[in-house]
Order: sequence, then C-alpha cells, then structure tokens
Amino acid sequence: MFDNLTEKFDSVFKKLRGQGRLTEDNIQEALREVRLVLLEADVNFKVVKDFVAAVRERAVGQDVLKSLTPAQQVIKIVREELGRLMGEGTDNSLDLAARPPVPIMLCGLQGAGKTTTCGKLALSLRKQKRNPLLVPADIYRPAAIDQLKTVGRQLGIEVYDTQPGQDPVAICEAARRYAELNGFDTLILDTAGRLHIDEALMGELGRIKASLAPREILLVADAMTGQDAVNVAESFDAQLQLTGVVLTKLDGDARGGAALSIRAVTGKPIKLVGLGEKMDALEVFHPDRMAQRILGMGDVLSLIEKA
Amino acid sequence: AKTQSSLIGRIDTLLRGSGKVDADLLEELEEILVTADFGVKTTQDLVQALQKRLSRNSQAAPAELREALKEEIRQRLRLESEPLSLEQASPFVMMVVGVNGVGKTTTIGKLARQFVGQGKKVLLGAGDTFRAAAAEQLSIWGERAGVEVIRHAEGADPAAVAFDAAKAAVARKADVLILDTAGRLHTKVNLMEELKKVHRVLAREIPGAPHETLLVLDATTGQNALVQARLFKEAVKISGIALTKLDGTAKGGVVVAIGGELGLPVRFVGIGEGVEDLRPFDPDMFVEALFQTN
Ligand SMILES: Nc1nc2c(ncn2[C@@H]2O[C@H](COP(=O)(O)OP(=O)(O)OP(=O)(O)O)[C@@H](O)[C@H]2O)c(=O)[nH]1
Ligand SMILES: Nc1nc2c(ncn2[C@@H]2O[C@H](COP(=O)(O)OP(=O)(O)OP(=O)(O)O)[C@@H](O)[C@H]2O)c(=O)[nH]1
Ligand SMILES: [Mg+2]
Ligand SMILES: [Mg+2]
Repeated sequence: MFDNLTEKFDSVFKKLRGQGRLTEDNIQEALREVRLVLLEADVNFKVVKDFVAAVRERAVGQDVLKSLTPAQQVIKIVREELGRLMGEGTDNSLDLAARPPVPIMLCGLQGAGKTTTCGKLALSLRKQKRNPLLVPADIYRPAAIDQLKTVGRQLGIEVYDTQPGQDPVAICEAARRYAELNGFDTLILDTAGRLHIDEALMGELGRIKASLAPREILLVADAMTGQDAVNVAESFDAQLQLTGVVLTKLDGDARGGAALSIRAVTGKPIKLVGLGEKMDALEVFHPDRMAQRILGMGDVLSLIEKA
Repeated sequence: AKTQSSLIGRIDTLLRGSGKVDADLLEELEEILVTADFGVKTTQDLVQALQKRLSRNSQAAPAELREALKEEIRQRLRLESEPLSLEQASPFVMMVVGVNGVGKTTTIGKLARQFVGQGKKVLLGAGDTFRAAAAEQLSIWGERAGVEVIRHAEGADPAAVAFDAAKAAVARKADVLILDTAGRLHTKVNLMEELKKVHRVLAREIPGAPHETLLVLDATTGQNALVQARLFKEAVKISGIALTKLDGTAKGGVVVAIGGELGLPVRFVGIGEGVEDLRPFDPDMFVEALFQTN
C-alpha cells in the first residue's frame, strides 16, 4: 500500500530538483507520507508525531548531498532517526553477570508467547554452555505447567516440578533453592499472562521481583500489537522496571510498529525476537532490520547505502 | 495514571471550543480513531463522512455530531449476514481458526459452556496436535463445560482428529461439534493448506459442515488483523469473528475496517479468562465502549 515510499518521495520532490537545501515547505509533504507509513505499520499515534517532528528538525536546512536527491536525503534521515530510536549501536545482549542461579523473568499479556520463549531461551542458553532450569509460575492458565513440561521434555531441559495449587512466589523461591542444590546456573521464570491493568496479578509479579531480584525482567510482546502497545509497555515498565523486551511472531507479515512504540515509551532495548513456533526460532534483535521492516523499504536501503 | 478524558468528552470540548471544523479539530478526531486501531483509511473515511454532515449543517451541536460519528461507525458494523443458528443442522459443526495465541481454545471452552446451558449436547475436537499441551488445555475446558473431548496424541494429523470428531458427533447424536485448530500465521502456506484439508474433511463427513467457521481475533492486534481476516477467509470461508481480550485497554477498532472491507460479522466478544467471559457482540455497546475511558 504505502510500501513504495521512494516513488512517493520522488514525485513529491520532483519539483525540487536542483535545489540545494531542504526547506520546511519542501519536506512537509514528504513527512506526511512518512507519517502515513508509520501509522499503517501500527506505530503509536503520539510516537509518530514526535518522530516526525524530530525528522523535520534534522532535515530543515540540510544541504542536499551531491549524490542524493532530496527524496533520498529525507529517507536517509528518516532511516537514521529510526535506527537510532530502535537502539542501533547499543548493546542489546542479555545481562547474566550475577551470582548463580541467575533469575530471568518473562512477563506480558495473555498469549504473547512467554512460555514458548522460555523454552527457546533455555535452549539458546544451553548452547552457550549454561545450565538453565525452567520454572512454571503460571498456575492460572489451563495446562500451562503441562505446556512448559512438554517443552522441557522436548528439549531435554529440566522443568521445576510443581502443581497448580502452589503460590507463584513460593514456586519461584522453591525453584531457586532447588537450583542452588542441583547446580543450575540460570532460572527462567514463566509467568502467567496478565493484563497491565490487573492490579492483583501485577502485584504478584512485583512480589516475585522483590523475592528473586531477577537480573533480567523481559516483557514479551506480540509484533502484531496495535496502538495499545504503548499502554501495555508503559504499565509493565512502571510497575516492574523492565530490563528489556522480546518481540514475538515476527515470522508473519506484521510491520511491527509496536517495536518502535515500546522502545520509544520505555527506552528499554528490544533484546530478542521470536521468528516461529519452533524452539530454535529465537534471534538477537537487529535495530536496522526492524527499521527497514517498519518502513517497508528493504529495496530503498541498498540504494542509499550505495550513495 | 494518565487523565485522558473520554472520547466523547474530548469531541465535545473540541467542538465547543472551535465552533468550526479546522485542521486541529480534524487532527484530534483522527488521533482518537487511529488510537483505537481503526486504521488510517477507515479513520479518514469517518472524518470525511463527518465533514460532509457538517457542511450540510454547519450549526450542528456537539451532541448531534457525537451521535453522527457513532452512527457512522455502527453502520459499518451492522452487516447483513446470517445470524448464527445452531438449529440449522445437527450436528452443527463449528471450526475455530486464527493466528497464534489469540484465544481460540479459551473461546471454545466458553462457547461449549454456553451451548450446554442452552440444553445442547456438545462435543469438542482437539484439532491442535502441534502446540505443547494444547489437547490437555482443551480437555480442562471440556471438564469445566462438562463436555467430551475427542483427542489424538501430540503430533497426530489434525485432519484425522477432524475425521474422528465428526464420526463421533454423528454416532453420539451431538447437537454441536466444535473443532479447535492450532494457531497459525496466515502467511504460512503449508499450514493454511493443512487448514483447508481439515475443512474438507469436515465437509465430506457431515453435509454442509462446517456450518460456522469462526475466526478469532485478538483486540490488541493492530492493522495486521485485516490481512489475517482476508487470508483466512480466502482459505476456509470465514463466516464470523470472535473478538477476544476486550477486557484490556485495546479497543479492537480494526473490526470496523474488517466489517467494511470483508463483510464479516463479529459474533462474540471475549472479556476475560473465565468460562463466563464471552458475550454476544452488540454494536451499540461496542461503539459506546470505544468512546469510554479506560
Ligand atoms: N509464529 C509464531 N508463533 C509463536 C511465536 N512465539 C510463540 N508463538 C505461538 O504463540 C502461541 C502462544 O504462545 P505461548 O508461549 O503459549 O504464549 P504465552 O504468552 O505463554 O501465553 P499465556 O501463558 O496464555 O499468556 C503459541 O501457539 C505459540 O506457538 C513466534 O515467534 N512465532
Ligand atoms: N484477558 C483475556 N484473556 C483471554 C481472553 N481469551 C483468551 N485469553 C487468554 O489468552 C491466552 C491464549 O488463549 P488460548 O485460548 O490458549 O489461545 P489460542 O488461540 O488457542 O492459542 P494457540 O492455540 O497457542 O494459538 C490464554 O492465557 C487465555 O487465558 C479474553 O477474552 N480476555
Ligand atoms: Mg504461558
Ligand atoms: Mg489453542
């Protein structure tokens, strides 16, 4: 639909060929297109507004480089700003430098992909020569513990044995003791899905945090999330001080504007992305690829890179 | 918490303040609708429709405009589609589909309970043989609703489950059979083919089946829901939508675009994780809720 940003920009700027500088007026129309592209990609309305303002500020008064048309020049700025916002150049790796067993807590809305990501993460850590214990702290969803146990069985990774009758905080504490006694160096806590406005359940996460002091508190978020992503991320971060984000279901065709929204409102890095249902479908996050995806302009980039 | 006044309140203030439609007013209206996930196109359509009304009646009071906006939205939701009637066939076969994690299995549990409450004999088919413990999850829902679940081992062919479930539904003279399916992204061609196969098996075993193919959409999903609806409809002739997770802060506005573009009616809304948390879709209530503060 709006995928062809370059063409649009080209037509917008056709009349400007040969002009040396970008002015407020001549980038106005191009920025309107940028705005539409971002909104179509589900980037939050307010985030888009701030972003466009930032690009305008940077663009106005810039010399159009000899090698670039005005269109390319603006796209270049858009892409750079987006990359910067997405955390290009920053360290997005997990921080597990603590006394073992190091707890990692995954949290998020219902169905976001927490349990699956726990399994993927366990597998990935084992490949890095760690020895993780999976901890089922979801006592609410029917068969949630079974689900994690099945995942663990498939991977040959131990799942702390518990029953739905237990309190999640107690489960996590007992699992930590078990890990200490049995030589596990990492605890992966699978918590129940919950709404950010559910005070009782958010309080439960707060108690797990207080008791275990997880080194990483990761929000697991679905890449297909729309405008509400900001409310969700803001609440989870305000109540738990997230250390990072895992963006799931990126193997589909969602443009993933939620990534930009979440990053913009929390400032927390996206550390990992889920790219499928299988246990090896977990990758580190690439800000540049995400920026391209949101803009829907893979082809344009090669053009700019050459410039 | 943010003090965000209600949508209607904001529109009122806007209209009282300016008295005429200026760029600011339109941008505010746009913000309100886009933020509810209506999408840019539907938002622009709605804003234009309002502008048209305003041009006809420039003295319109805020209250009139408020009603006008609600009416424009309701119009797009009121579709001429067949209502869901379990009486049309016996067994009435319902197939439930959607992308991963939207709430298919949970919605089936809630539906089973409702149908049982209406005095129906209900049978469930555990057609998700892929996800870890999916059949266990459905079995627990079956217990909650007091209905039998037909299941195979993990990794079995879902078409075989559909076949057995259809046979069992006929043999046991069930009134309703609801078949769960594994979550799948609409872009995965092989998985969509698998879904078509399940659909064909049901059609072959029971005349006219599936009588309802329900697409489950998560209200927190943004514009991608439109593509989901389009591609699932192409693959297995969706006849209705269940919109889940409306108990959160997301508004699910994308169903307005889906109604407009694909003519698919929303049949049910999910408003929680409990067995009773499913309601028939009511366009009036939906529109009121769109305009409420969280
Ligand atoms: N395509 C795809 N599916 C995924 C991905 N991650 C998870 N899923 C699927 O999403 C669905 C939900 O995943 P779960 O791991 O059960 O999600 P959850 O957050 O634990 O759900 P609750 O515990 O109910 O809140 C399952 O069908 C998973 O297979 C991903 O990266 N890509
Ligand atoms: N808050 C809320 N949660 C819901 C609602 N419907 C389902 N859920 C939750 O969403 C999560 C996913 O639900 P499932 O029924 O497992 O979803 P699914 O579509 O069957 O998932 P897959 O089979 O993995 O694709 C669970 O934690 C449910 O409890 C709802 O209306 N409101
Ligand atoms: Mg889970
Ligand atoms: Mg399911």
